[in-house]
Amino acid sequence: MVYPDKVVMAGVAGAALLAPVKGRSLWSDAARRYSQNKAAVVSLVVLIAICLFAFFGNFFAAWSNEEIDWARMGNIASTGAPSFENGHYFGLDDLGRDLFARTVQGTRISLLVGLVGAGVAVVVGTLYGATSGYFGGRTDQIMMRIVDILMSIPFMFVLILMLVMFGRSITMLFIGIGLISWLDMSRIVRGQTLTIKNKEFVEAAVATGVRPMRIIMRHIVPNLLGIVVVYATLLIPGLIITESFISFLGLGVQEPATSLGALISKGASQMQYGVIWQLLFPLFFFVVTLFAFFFVGDGLRDALDPKDR
Amino acid sequence: MFSFVVRRLAVAIPTILVLVIVSFALMFSAPGGPFNSERPLPPAVLANITAKYGLDQPYWRQITTYIWNIVAHFDFGPSFKYKDRSVADIIGAGFPVTLTYGFWSFLIAVIVGVALGVVAAIRQNTWIDYLAVGISVGAQALPNFVLAPMLVLLFTLWLGWLPGGGWNGGEWQYLVMPVIALSTSYMASIARITRSSMLEVMTAGFIRTARAKGVPMHRIIWKHALKLAMLPVLSFLGPAFVLMITGSVVVDVYFSTGGIGLYFVNSAFNRDYSVMMGITILIGVLTIVFNLVVDVLYAWIDPKIRY
Repeated sequence: MVYPDKVVMAGVAGAALLAPVKGRSLWSDAARRYSQNKAAVVSLVVLIAICLFAFFGNFFAAWSNEEIDWARMGNIASTGAPSFENGHYFGLDDLGRDLFARTVQGTRISLLVGLVGAGVAVVVGTLYGATSGYFGGRTDQIMMRIVDILMSIPFMFVLILMLVMFGRSITMLFIGIGLISWLDMSRIVRGQTLTIKNKEFVEAAVATGVRPMRIIMRHIVPNLLGIVVVYATLLIPGLIITESFISFLGLGVQEPATSLGALISKGASQMQYGVIWQLLFPLFFFVVTLFAFFFVGDGLRDALDPKDR
Repeated sequence: MFSFVVRRLAVAIPTILVLVIVSFALMFSAPGGPFNSERPLPPAVLANITAKYGLDQPYWRQITTYIWNIVAHFDFGPSFKYKDRSVADIIGAGFPVTLTYGFWSFLIAVIVGVALGVVAAIRQNTWIDYLAVGISVGAQALPNFVLAPMLVLLFTLWLGWLPGGGWNGGEWQYLVMPVIALSTSYMASIARITRSSMLEVMTAGFIRTARAKGVPMHRIIWKHALKLAMLPVLSFLGPAFVLMITGSVVVDVYFSTGGIGLYFVNSAFNRDYSVMMGITILIGVLTIVFNLVVDVLYAWIDPKIRY
């Protein structure tokens, strides 16, 4: 046992005079464990920096993302390189637009896709998994079989099919990614619910006549939060990759909107013309964002998931 | 065992049906048809074309014909875009290519991944372990569409060793980059899984017994540890297969290898519904069959699995 310093210093006699010792909740414990993980803390800082870049970066941009720099657009390879003097910090893209502003815009869309997808996963996946796990029996079997069936469908293809049928738009992309993202979450939540539902406090709630849905919402879901947070964080990079994959193929986000995947695709198709920065800047932000999410997720798992300790 | 296979089939077949029905329903309800063009066709011509492709029939009629044709004749219908080719022709042209580099990628991912994982586990906390872990963490953030341009940049533009794309009948120079791009992230995952399961197995009692008896290390690894440590890898192969097929789309598009991924994306741009559906269904069925095989293998190898 580690006692707070104050108590140890005050000694046994003094301890009684002090205010009651502050209890340690699961969350404060987790915060302490998290802050001991260097990679996770650094990643969190990086992630916050990237979020600031994505949502406030435009205030530092000298050019807007729609403005075309006519003076330089004729010869981007020699005059459009990154430079602080003319305000194109990241250079120009293939149409003569400011790549800094474009990268800000792309990072924002990529982050949004990840966050929205993870949001859907948290809401739908938690409710679905908790319901399935709590009721058990036949309901559970049918509900999980449905998840099994949905999971064994190659979703990237169906998603592209949907995007083609109903038009390529960000909304459709959000809907499509929302449709897949909750599957894994529901399985994890169900597994956890199975262990929680046999605890005494649930039994007590059942005995006092609390309705099943209320038990799920008030007693089970709060106890799932730790694991849900961890897997939501670990889910985000996967969703960002999915979106970028589709945008890389040109089927996702459409001009003038953009995402990191679309920017990487553009940069990759232009790289033989000596404009390598068009690939490197989006690539850098993409890779760094993913790494940051992985490490934050790992850190959260170590901090919150009691199983792995 | 037999009843286990039958039960798994009982799940697999509805899954395939759901896939077919859903994608067919998507196509049926999509706004705008394949024959919508800038200049509208005269109504009589349009009616004739729709009748030729059977699109004037009710939904259930269309779908039953469609399924029957696939099952009985492997006929996915005609392509809406290229009037002289059927979907089966297109799959026939692209699939061997996908299969070739897919096979090599799969093989390399498994062999290199397992080797890397085993070595890392045996030499835990040495530079080789850190290298293996480093690679597997790094490869996670390098999906194929990031890796592919980087490979071209390195091998084609800077070093000039390999052609930047094309297929050329599958000569090895044309295979190298697609295979690396496709296999790296799965190799990394396999290495990570192998490492952790190997570490777990090596602490088991029967390994200690074998060591106490004086069995040489290579024999312990080959004969005792590896078989058990491979089980988690085996269960990863199912999802890896799906992801690899998905990844082949990027490889096809980026390296112009001419596999089915290229046809899929092209038909996505052309709104060539029948080709898209054909490829989706084919890949769905392959995925489900592959998962089934992995599950049966797993149950066969691991005596602890109830079936």
